[in-house]
Amino acid sequence: MNAEPTLGACPLPLPSSASDQLLLAHGEGARATRRLIRELMAHAFANPFLDPLGDAAVLPDLHGQAVLSTDSYVVSPLFFPGGDIGKLAVHGTINDLAVSGADPLYLSLAIIAEEGLPLETLRKVIESIRDAALSCAIPIVTGDTKVVPRGTADGLFLNTTGLGRLRDDAHLSANRIEPGDAILVSGTIGDHGLAILSAREQLEMGDTIRSDTTPLHIMVAHLLQSGVDVKFLRDATRGGVSAVCHELAEASGRTLLLRESALPISEPVRGACELLGLDPLYVANEGKLIAIVAAPDAERARDLLHAHPAGRQAAIIGEVTTNQGATVLVRGPLGYDRILDEPTGAPLPRIC
Amino acid sequence: MKYVDEYRDPVLARRLLDELRRTVTQPWAIMEVCGGQTHTLLRNGIDELVQPLVRLVHGPGCPVCVTPLELIDKALAIAAQPGVIFTSFGDMLRVPGSSDDLLRVRARGGDVRIVYSPLDAVRIAAENPGRNVVFFAVGFETTAPATALAVVDAKRRGLTNFSLLVSHVLVPPAIEAILSAPASQIQGFLAAGHVCTVVGFEEYFALTDRYKVPIVVTGFEPVDLLEGILMTVRQLEQGRHEVENQYARSVKRAGNSTARALLDQVYEVCDRPWRGIGVLARSGLRLNAEYHAFDAETRFAVEGIHTVEPPECRSGEVLQGLIRPEQCPEFATRCTPERPLGAPMVSSEGACAAYYRYGRRARPVASEPIPS
Repeated sequence: MNAEPTLGACPLPLPSSASDQLLLAHGEGARATRRLIRELMAHAFANPFLDPLGDAAVLPDLHGQAVLSTDSYVVSPLFFPGGDIGKLAVHGTINDLAVSGADPLYLSLAIIAEEGLPLETLRKVIESIRDAALSCAIPIVTGDTKVVPRGTADGLFLNTTGLGRLRDDAHLSANRIEPGDAILVSGTIGDHGLAILSAREQLEMGDTIRSDTTPLHIMVAHLLQSGVDVKFLRDATRGGVSAVCHELAEASGRTLLLRESALPISEPVRGACELLGLDPLYVANEGKLIAIVAAPDAERARDLLHAHPAGRQAAIIGEVTTNQGATVLVRGPLGYDRILDEPTGAPLPRIC
Repeated sequence: MKYVDEYRDPVLARRLLDELRRTVTQPWAIMEVCGGQTHTLLRNGIDELVQPLVRLVHGPGCPVCVTPLELIDKALAIAAQPGVIFTSFGDMLRVPGSSDDLLRVRARGGDVRIVYSPLDAVRIAAENPGRNVVFFAVGFETTAPATALAVVDAKRRGLTNFSLLVSHVLVPPAIEAILSAPASQIQGFLAAGHVCTVVGFEEYFALTDRYKVPIVVTGFEPVDLLEGILMTVRQLEQGRHEVENQYARSVKRAGNSTARALLDQVYEVCDRPWRGIGVLARSGLRLNAEYHAFDAETRFAVEGIHTVEPPECRSGEVLQGLIRPEQCPEFATRCTPERPLGAPMVSSEGACAAYYRYGRRARPVASEPIPS
């Protein structure tokens, strides 16, 4: 954490009641709040890089090419079935590094909290960040906290930046994609988006739909290590599988063909999407990646993914086809290929 | 998934297509009334698979599309008022009014919320006694019972801060308007299965008798639609014009009596304008005298808003099956889902949006034949 220059050396009594809320930076209460945050963070994330609490973390030599990625997390609600904003912030940035072919090494954490946020909420999120980072064995080495006036932030925003080292066995580029390559997804799609929607709109879908938020770096490392010719990786987050495929079609100038019948979709997600008029291809994931793999390696890549908890339901969902321009096609159950349109704005649930 | 997968079965679809080919001796023009059916047809390429035996013409059954511009302008005026929470099905948020849409009103600070059920709007009203909560009651006979239930619930709970902006429309008068138009070339109808689930299909017997056209109540999955098309074509080939029910797993002749009773309790039939089509006699529902106090149009004094529809959007002709979306000169050029000129380009059930999403695909080089 950055040192707070306004903090006095004199210890202040810490607010401790469960009803305590974050206060804006004025008055004695605010000093106590800042103090508390500092204590919380230093205690939760203790590691040799963070512990000096300087303005920046000094890190050892990376012995390789540095890969840097940053992402902000503004999810509402903060807690949802299967996860919370803290887990997302750790997993999301780790996954961005992983699919870039890097081994994630360090994270930074920035917190923007709204005045009035219950301290208990903040504590729970910090614990979740701590647990997620610990289980990934990635230390949080620097950070910052700001409290902003009520009404200027939706409870709590997080930003994490991840630093990683490029793997020698990663040769990922949209330019390497060619007709015949297989398209794989590492598991069921649509779970995260539906879990958030369900929690946000109180759709009462029970506990059957849970966010899939999970770190992918170990699985990606094994896949790359195996010698499978992996040409491209991307985590299918906002905009879902559709957004990744469109991005890839655009970058490579190739046509991607997905087979609707091959898409792994859990029954509850399928049912909810049917009810709500949503297409799972457009729904967000937080623990799924799309891999483009040379055709002869497709089945081996799928089997390697199957060996990981995050990849148990991995599937080959399509292929890069004879060139019909930079577009994405979906082959339906009757054998008809339709263009997968790029979504316009947020998907809006239909009337009936 | 039960009740879905068996109606997407490619083998069954192939059998129905083969049977259709054996049955047809001349081309027929059939209208699917509902926008949900239009989307299934285009998404699965059924409109092309049945060519040239059957020409499918897309009907007016998209609730968002037929909601008059004037009513959308009224919605925008209400939603922009301070103290109002304006609630709506998601579909309506992007529909352009004369100069705005609900998403822009929200961006400017209006409290516009998507709800999944009108009862959620009643809950919001109960939780916000100091605010006026309005629900935009659009849709056909399918959504009307739910909005009726909401207003009954609001009245029972004594909520004086809840009201409905009502734009409900009825399917049979629209079918009759299409049939009675001199330019109409429609020879048979696939009636909307979900509408009939609510109100049944007794009203259609008078139409089949008067206009000598077959009407087949049809579901929404690919196999449903192929079967509905086949049933209609069989009638046409045999010179029959009857009401038949393909969607018997959901539809009973008299409909759902509970839902019908709710409609009778809350609404009365009225003349209503349809966007792009004009006023159709006895084609809509409005709150009856007992529930008039819940009418947002009177509560917010927006009755004075009168809007003229722009001439360049030809959605009225599309909705009546007179032109196909791609025959409109603005289609996919000046009019796209990002910048829609009219509602059919917005709604997921709109014919123009369906054509835009599914109809512009590259001709597949290696499309697999349907397994036999």
